[in-house]
Amino acid sequence: MKSLIRDVGTVRVMDLDGKITIGSGDVQLRQLIEDSLNAGKPHILLNLKGVSHIDSSGIGEMVGCYTTVTRRGGAMKLANLPPKINDILQVTQLITVFDVFDNEAEALATFPR
Amino acid sequence: MTAMERATAPSSLGHGAAANEAAASRAAAAAMLYSRAMTRVAQLELQSRYDTIELAERMLAEVCRSCEVGDEAVYWSGMALREALANAIKHGNKLSPDKRVFVRIEVNGDDELRIAVEDQGEGFDPMQVANPLDPQNLLRESGRGVFYMRNFMDAVNFSTTAGGGTRIELTKRLAKGGRDEKPDS
Repeated sequence: MKSLIRDVGTVRVMDLDGKITIGSGDVQLRQLIEDSLNAGKPHILLNLKGVSHIDSSGIGEMVGCYTTVTRRGGAMKLANLPPKINDILQVTQLITVFDVFDNEAEALATFPR
Repeated sequence: MTAMERATAPSSLGHGAAANEAAASRAAAAAMLYSRAMTRVAQLELQSRYDTIELAERMLAEVCRSCEVGDEAVYWSGMALREALANAIKHGNKLSPDKRVFVRIEVNGDDELRIAVEDQGEGFDPMQVANPLDPQNLLRESGRGVFYMRNFMDAVNFSTTAGGGTRIELTKRLAKGGRDEKPDS
């Protein structure tokens, strides 16, 4: 998985690309989230536009990150889900857990300023 | 191709399949693909490392595309294969460098894709896996691998190998002219 990190106002935006899967992407995601929290950036938007695969470890890591961020008083939201990633969130019913937005602008507007 | 231990012309999913040195050095696709009538088969013997999952998924795609299986079926079968392999490597073989994972991929004519994954672990009871859709489990970080497989394939069967490990058989029906199917939601 590749990642590009940007700060837009108070929100840390993570443009993710590739696979969030066991042994690589899942570990990287956890580290990115920890880095953001440690940098005082608890409002996080994952831009999943370039993500091709999320396996059960990856989705588990996303759940773990979501609960960690929420527990630390922040928020982790998702934007730009490719159709297959949307399908995965639907079948796992995690679409009901995560805040999901069609695009980055819509998502950014929901974070506290 | 460092992940690949051996490439064999498969007759069964035998653990002791001795491949010669020449076979091991051959290009993967050429070495592991063979045709018999309308059936295509690939067989892999993998080390218990996560990076071997990529190799197996590529091989699956190679076999499927040579049989003109649709992209959707290839994608979701690949996702199920990833889960079976992760299960074998992590829970079965516990990442042991001394243990192997055996994969057999077969596209049977126009009808069916069958994948078998065997590990050398100590067995696994899929009935012990909690339903990840139960509200109390929805935020659990693990326990979705079997669920993935069952959603992305038409049939998933678990059994115990002669050596006491786990064998997972994944089957996907390939509807003629309509192979591109999404998982059930």
